[in-house]
Amino acid sequence: MKHLISALVENKPGVLAHIAGMFAARAFNIDSLVVGRTEDPKLSRMTIVVVGDDRVVEQVRKQLAKVVPVVKVQDFVGQPIVARDLMLVSVVAPPEKRPEIVSLVEMFRGKVVDIGQKTLMIEVSGPESKIDAFINACKPYGIKSVARTGTIAMPRQAKSSPDAYGRL
Amino acid sequence: MESKPRAAASTTKTGAQIVVDTLIEEGVDTMFGYIGGVVLPLFDKLYDAPINFIVPRHEQGGCHMADAYARVSGKVGVVVATSGPGACNLVTGLATANMDSIPLVALTGQVRTELIGNDAFQEADTTGITRPVTKYNCIVEDVKDLARTIREAFHIASTGRKGPVLIDLPVDVAVSKYKADGPDEMDLPGYRVRTEGHARQISTAAKAINKSQQPVLYVGGGVISANASKELRALAEKANLPVTMTLLGLGSYDQTKPKSLDMLGMHGSAYANYAVQECDLLIAVGARFDDRVTGKIAAFAPNAKIIHIDIDPASISKNVRVDIPVVGDAKEILRELAKGVEHHERKKWFDKIADWKKKFPFRYDLDSKTIKPQYVIDEICSQTKNKAIVTTGVGQNQMWAAQFYKFTKPRQLISSGGLGTMGFGLPAAIGAQIADPKATVVDIDGDHSFNMTMTELATAVEHNLPIKVCILNNGYMGMVRQWQELFYGKRYSKTYLANPDYADLARALGAIGMTVDKKADVPKTVKEMLAQKKPCVVDFKVDREENVWPMVPSGKSLNEMDGLDILERLI
Repeated sequence: MKHLISALVENKPGVLAHIAGMFAARAFNIDSLVVGRTEDPKLSRMTIVVVGDDRVVEQVRKQLAKVVPVVKVQDFVGQPIVARDLMLVSVVAPPEKRPEIVSLVEMFRGKVVDIGQKTLMIEVSGPESKIDAFINACKPYGIKSVARTGTIAMPRQAKSSPDAYGRL
Repeated sequence: MESKPRAAASTTKTGAQIVVDTLIEEGVDTMFGYIGGVVLPLFDKLYDAPINFIVPRHEQGGCHMADAYARVSGKVGVVVATSGPGACNLVTGLATANMDSIPLVALTGQVRTELIGNDAFQEADTTGITRPVTKYNCIVEDVKDLARTIREAFHIASTGRKGPVLIDLPVDVAVSKYKADGPDEMDLPGYRVRTEGHARQISTAAKAINKSQQPVLYVGGGVISANASKELRALAEKANLPVTMTLLGLGSYDQTKPKSLDMLGMHGSAYANYAVQECDLLIAVGARFDDRVTGKIAAFAPNAKIIHIDIDPASISKNVRVDIPVVGDAKEILRELAKGVEHHERKKWFDKIADWKKKFPFRYDLDSKTIKPQYVIDEICSQTKNKAIVTTGVGQNQMWAAQFYKFTKPRQLISSGGLGTMGFGLPAAIGAQIADPKATVVDIDGDHSFNMTMTELATAVEHNLPIKVCILNNGYMGMVRQWQELFYGKRYSKTYLANPDYADLARALGAIGMTVDKKADVPKTVKEMLAQKKPCVVDFKVDREENVWPMVPSGKSLNEMDGLDILERLI
């Protein structure tokens, strides 16, 4: 099962190495790992997607918390959250196919961000499953390359439980 | 976080001076280390410092010395090395300390900051290399962070689950000047240690103990690290619990007492292993369910409810599922737990244990014509009246020391448990003797283990340390040979090396050297050895193919011990 783990870490050199090294040394598998700044310049947030049973993920959480520059660890499993990926995808788009592709982009609430002679670069964001669905929809046209950020997430404040897509 | 009294910080100092002053503020009076190019500024300041500084012959030896110094004294061990090869040579020592949760602070020199990453002379990515074998490490790139970082290192090394911390210090930082303009408190937002056990968990644990018909206390190095032996004894007496210990836990409970089940695990006692397999409640304290302890994990203590008391939350339910976890400091928790327990006789359980003890004690052939290695240890144990500090190499020598020396106090057995570092014994004996100059320190070593770090004999001679090195010389890498005998059809692949004459070697280095090849000479040689005031090496030519029994083969459960028939025939 996939678990989204969010870790607040000190924003200083070597922290990513401490965490990546721990994952490698303990043979934990990372699906994705995203690091970015937060509102506090002294802290960064890492969002890590880990696959494993509850026991493995519990170990991941504890071992992460044990890394000295890790300030706080949360496992979002079973919690209402908003989770998002961002993708840039370059799709083969000969002139006659472009209207079709653009309408597909609109359906997915994406954006065309670059137009080449033979390709379109498209930006799509959303939950992982939506990104996957968009890739599948584009496959018939031919995909040149894909760049994805990996998942970032935040718990919802609202009491009512949304579904996995974060919809209320 | 507590702040310690420190010298007025108003003067301008170099980084190197800040290091020395901060070490002294942290109470350091003894250090181990080896000089080199980029640590010249630091060693220049150490020249005048009131610190007993021991120079090993190799950085690995220095790191093991600092480690054993920490294990014996309970203080933080400090080791220094230069950049590149110096730092690389610390790796085995750091990994040894890390696996056994020993508080160390390692200081390494580094090339100038502007050269880092340029493959400069004697440059190595020290923090990169040592990250997986330390509790924490960091590089100090600004002299104003230096004092604080050192204080943080001591705090991290000596609290929670203890361990080694490495600080990498570029030489330009060591020579740059800084005037502290106020207090510089520790800043560790991600480091919090929970010491107080959860009261409800403790009372649940006490109830489980009171209800148990067949309990076993299983204790590890954490009890020694927490200085909780007294509290352990109080609990075992009050609740009437048998106690088995891991290798690193030996000495935490007096092995001469009837409730001691001695060591458990792969080469543990049959009575401890049977008791663990049949117990209905296993109370683990400061132990981590290592594979050498549990055997086949799925069949470990199959009928037991498990209480696990540990300072490290990540240890709980890592290898076995725990029913009642209590996270915190063992000393406090054991004290609280003892308040809630009642005395139960448990006659049937203790009778059963007594039967196992009678049937399967640790044994060896007393009538053998050769010198049995166990006999040498027996003799050392009785002549030192169970009071020596014993260090070991790794392998058969270590297991026999654990089986046949009966420890009565914590911090008496100094051995590399988790990492199993051959060559630990001699430098550890040096560190131990420096920590406790009055103690009788005996290194029970193997010939191959001794070969790995024997250069440190020169260090012992230089400081005139009266350590006693007992080489149980079977001419083999004994434990590996035992595995080859049992599991590889006696194909002794590369387990034999030509050894020097150890007595001659000892004399050449300025120590006393003796050789024993007759069984009848063992008692008087041990006596003579113990009387020496100088480093002394005794080469005991022991039975070449003696095995360590019992043995739980890898992948078998604890009650599936080999060698019990051999032990029974010895009655």
